[in-house]
This record gives sequence, C-alpha cells and structure tokens, in this order.
Amino acid sequence: MDSKLFPEGVQRCSLGQFALWMVPILGVLVWGLYGAVLVLYNGIGTTGLDNYFGFGAWITFDLAVIALGAGAFFTGFLKYILKIKQLEKIINLTVIVGFICYSGAMLVLTLDIGQPGRAWFGYWHPNVHSMLTEVIFCITCYCTVLIIEFVPLILEQKQLNKIPFIHALAHNMHVNMALFAGLGAFLSTFHQGSLGGMYGVLIGRPYAFREGFFIWPWTFFLFVLSAVGTGPVFTVLVATFMEKLTGKKLVDFKTKALMGKIAGSMLCVYMFFKILDTWAWAVGYLPTVGLTFDEMFYGIAYGKWMLWTELVVCGVVPAIMLVTPSIRNRPAMLYTAAILGCIGVCINRYVFTVQSLAHPVMPFDSWHVYYANWVEYATSLMIVAYGFLVLSLSYRYLPVFPLETKLNYQNK
Amino acid sequence: MEIKEFKIKWGMVIDIDKCTGCGACMVGCQVENNIAPMTKKDPYNYVQALTTHRDDASNKLRTLTWMTVYELSNKKVFPDHEVAYLPRPCMQCGHPACVPVCPVVATDKNEEGGIVSQIYPRCIGCRYCMAACPYHARYFNWWDPLWPEGMDKGLSPNASVRPRGVVEKCSFCHSRYLDAKNKARAEGSDPMDLADGAYNTACAEICPTKAITFGDLNNPEHKVYELAKSKKSFRLLEKLGLDPQVYYMTEREWVRMQGDNYNGGDGAASNNHG
Repeated sequence: MDSKLFPEGVQRCSLGQFALWMVPILGVLVWGLYGAVLVLYNGIGTTGLDNYFGFGAWITFDLAVIALGAGAFFTGFLKYILKIKQLEKIINLTVIVGFICYSGAMLVLTLDIGQPGRAWFGYWHPNVHSMLTEVIFCITCYCTVLIIEFVPLILEQKQLNKIPFIHALAHNMHVNMALFAGLGAFLSTFHQGSLGGMYGVLIGRPYAFREGFFIWPWTFFLFVLSAVGTGPVFTVLVATFMEKLTGKKLVDFKTKALMGKIAGSMLCVYMFFKILDTWAWAVGYLPTVGLTFDEMFYGIAYGKWMLWTELVVCGVVPAIMLVTPSIRNRPAMLYTAAILGCIGVCINRYVFTVQSLAHPVMPFDSWHVYYANWVEYATSLMIVAYGFLVLSLSYRYLPVFPLETKLNYQNK
Repeated sequence: MEIKEFKIKWGMVIDIDKCTGCGACMVGCQVENNIAPMTKKDPYNYVQALTTHRDDASNKLRTLTWMTVYELSNKKVFPDHEVAYLPRPCMQCGHPACVPVCPVVATDKNEEGGIVSQIYPRCIGCRYCMAACPYHARYFNWWDPLWPEGMDKGLSPNASVRPRGVVEKCSFCHSRYLDAKNKARAEGSDPMDLADGAYNTACAEICPTKAITFGDLNNPEHKVYELAKSKKSFRLLEKLGLDPQVYYMTEREWVRMQGDNYNGGDGAASNNHG
C-alpha cells in the first residue's frame, strides 16, 4: 500500500505486518508516557530517587546512551575529516543512532530536572565554571547538528526527492556536511569529556574525584576515550540486530570489521589509561583523604566484582578481541566483543553516577542502596521504544543503507 | 583552588559533649525557615490521589531537614557503649563543593559573611549540588510543599517558601542576618560590625543546653573566635579541603575520630584548622 514510499529497488514487509510490529513499540511508548506524565504532574517524588541519590537510573541511562551514541560523531569525523571512504556504508545509520541517543537523552533530562520550565537558564545564567553548563551547551548544540545531519537523509526519501528544490537542498546539505561533521566532532568530544569531568571535579566525593590536567580531571579524557571505544561497535550491533530482524544484509562485514578495528584501537588506549587512573586513584589519592581502596566498595550492589567486570571482562578482553584481526574477522567474535565493550561502558557510567553517591563520606554515615522504581524504568524504556520507532520508520522509508540493493538483490 | 575570604565569616561551634540529641534545633530550624513537613495526601492534586501517595515524614531520605542530628556510636558493647549526637547544618564551606558545579549560579558564595546562598527562583533542580556535597546538607523538594490545615497560619513572613523541584539548604537563618543589620542601621551602629549575639540562628537560640554557639569567626569579640581555636575543636572531613565554617568540639577522642577518615595510613586525628 505504501510501497511507493520505499527507497529505490528494495523490498519491505506489508503495511499490515509493519503495523503489527508497531503495536508493542507503541505499547511501551504509551507506558513510558504515562510514567512521564506522573513525573511532570506529581513531581519527581514518584521515582526511586531520594536525597542521597539525587542522580540515579535516568542519569546513568543518559550517560550510557550518549556514550553509545558516540558512533555518530566519531564515524562522522573519520569519514568527513579523515576521509575514510569505506565508512560511508554505515554513516547514515550512525547519524540516526546518534540522533536517537541524543534526543532521547534530552527528553529524559527534561523529566530529570525538577523545574523543566527553567531548562533554558543554562543559557541565560550560565556558570562558566560548571562542567554541567558545558554539557548543556554542547548537548543542545550537538543535537541540533545531528538534526542537520539527519535532515538530508529524510529529504532523500524517494517521493520527497522528486521535488527539484528538495533534491537540490539535500544535495547541497550533503556537500557541506563535512563542516557539520567537524562541528559535531568538536562539540561531542567536549561534552563527552564534560560528562566525565562532572564526576571528576566532585571534591567531596572521593569515589569519583580525580586530579587532572589544567581544568580537566582525568575522567574528562577517559569518558571521551571510552565513548569512542564503544560508540562505533554499538552502531555495528544495531546494524546486525536490524539484519537479523529483517533477514537482509544491510552493511558488508568488511565495514563492520573496520568499525570494530577503530573501536578496538580506541578501547586499547582507553584501557591503558583507565587502569593507570584506577591504580593512581587507589594508591595515590585515596590515602590522602584517609580512605582505602576496600572502603570504596560495599556488598553486591557496589561490590568489587563490578570494577573487575568493567576493567577485565568488559574492558581488556573486548579490546584485545577487537584489535586482533583473526578474532575480529569472525562475526560471532566481533559481536561478542562489541556487546562486552558496550556493557563495560554502561557499568562505568553506572558506578560513576550511583556508587559515587552511595559511598558514605562521613564515617558515621552508612551505605545506602539505590533501587530505581517502575517510573524510571518505564520512562527510560520509552526512549528505547522511541529509538525503535525512529529506526523502523527510517529503515522502511529512507535510503539508510547504500549497499542494501547490492548485497541482497543484485547477486540473485 | 583558592579559598574565598571575607572580612566577616559567620560560623558555628557545636559542642558535641553538650548535645543531648533532643532535636530542638531541628524543630527551631523547621519553623524559622518555613520548611515543609511531609504530608501523605495532597488534597489539591486529583491525579496524585488516583495514582500514588506522597511520602510522609517517616521516609527520612525524602524529608527536608536543613539541620539534622546524627547519632554517633563508639561501636562498643555494654557497659563501654557510648553515643554522641552531632547536629549537622550546612557547613557554609570556604571552598564549597556545591557552588562551582551549579550550572546556573543558583548557589553562590559572594556575600560578606561567607554564607553559601541558594536562589530558589533560579534553581533548575538538576541536583548536581546534592551530588557534590559530602555532608548531605542539601535537600530537594520531591513533592509540592504542603502544610496541614491550620499549620499554614503559623508560616513565617520572613522566609520564602520553595516550590517543588528545587534544592534548598540551611542559610544560617539569613533573614535574621538582614534583620540584625537593619536593626543596627536603625540604632546608628555599624551593620558590618554586629555585636556578639546580635545575629543568631534559630538552632543556636533554641538549644536548651547551649551546645551551639554562633558568631563571626573573624571577630575576636565573638565567642566563636576562641572556641574554634580550642584544642577540643575540629571540623568534619577536613582532609577533603572544603574548609567548613562549622566547627565541632569534644573531649572524647572516639568522637573526634569520626569527624574524618583515618584509614588511609596517614596518622591519627589532629587539630588541623586548615
């Protein structure tokens, strides 16, 4: 019924089947929306947050999706600035994933701040010393850049592109995309860093505090590195998931392996510095404030097992797997390493957000364990559902994968 | 980072050995500053009534208590067991962790007197300052502030009430500071050289055992000037370098030891005044 809207030379499922696929997605979306209404109408008291855990599941979710969405800026930088041509086969998907991640994070932040009507104060009364100000600046600006990067893809929709003006506009936007890719790389690098810096500057929270270089704590650089070390492989995972779902080949394995190689190299650099940083924090900084490494961990929720999982199983292991060609070039291994790397970065964002606050700095205080409640899960899943929705619509109607026709139909 | 110095530095010295843990300071603070009590029901919000209850005051992780009394234990068994009570207002740090992190300058330390301000109409409620403060001195308005019927008649006209979704904290009863300065002006004396006791916080005033002494830490004519320098005095978490303006006093070593962390192999407690 809607086949005239499909990209040139590809096949898509029937509209009925597509509508059926949309039902669970819209179901989760409505559930999350209900949670969001409760938060906005009744207050943030509806969540599991409290005065000990001002940051919780939402901030963890935001930081994780922003790190995983880093595939957009980093791949854009490599393709447009360093001119790695092979990456054009996946660049559209990285832009869409980046757009979903950033716009989703902004939606969650709107719920997370107590006075969403004052969100613009970040521009009106900025505190230039706050890492969060830089985050507000860069995330909003970069989200705009991602919209600018996404628009030409929408304009290339088969029917829209028949209009001469839109065709010319899309073409011209493509021509100038290197400018936005550069701008995006700059903005994104800075706020990935500022997100890390946000924790590193907390002088009152020994779990998170780090020394650094000039005004930037080490976490600033570590967050950039961990994001570029996992963002590209997250896009690979999204592409592969879409392939399994649609039963089509969408991106050639060579491109995926290249993304794995890029991410793996960055992950190696990251792990080197991360291990160094952890060691310096444990034996250098902590004793100066009268604390020991062991005191930083508690029970199962905040146990050492999480640190070792992050550093070894989801850090060193995937880094080695991704830089070793014989492992990387086997699809199952590439995907396993990608999944491990992505879990590692999520753990990292979780512990910096929650464990930093859980650790009782005053000796007479005690550890508290934070549990997110259904409202936080529902609203976060709403963003995931929103991602599925945007990706499904994009895949169905927009020419996202330049190789799709060649890989699926021309061989037959 | 450089510590911002002021000619006047309002501070507190709390004698833990005198504190009985009665909680009068908490009540005095609550009344003076129009701190909203927690009510389970919100008669004005029908959506709330249909969906979920608010927290009542039994949820101590959600209540607003600018002044909180912590119970300290020496963790020994009877008959050696001892407890101590530690009232904890905002430390009004000289090098605050909360001020530089606020993205919208809703909290600042720039007024003579060295009190860390909180500008409610500007706060966006991101709670980054709460994450930054190791003393848990900052509180968030999780729900709309409500007073049970009749109790609203007792609200103070001097302190503004706060809406839902902003952070609040102890301001050393800032409106009392303004009153004291105005009174000094009216009497023809210097508002920047207030006599000891001319400006006092509600918690210090109400304390039945006079465990809390308030005054200008820089003024030799104020009691706190000497008390803060006493051999018995210490500050919470001095090693973090936040330079608090609230001092504690005790003769008991085990209490002093709980004022900071000493497990990193860097020696025992000492009278370190920064």
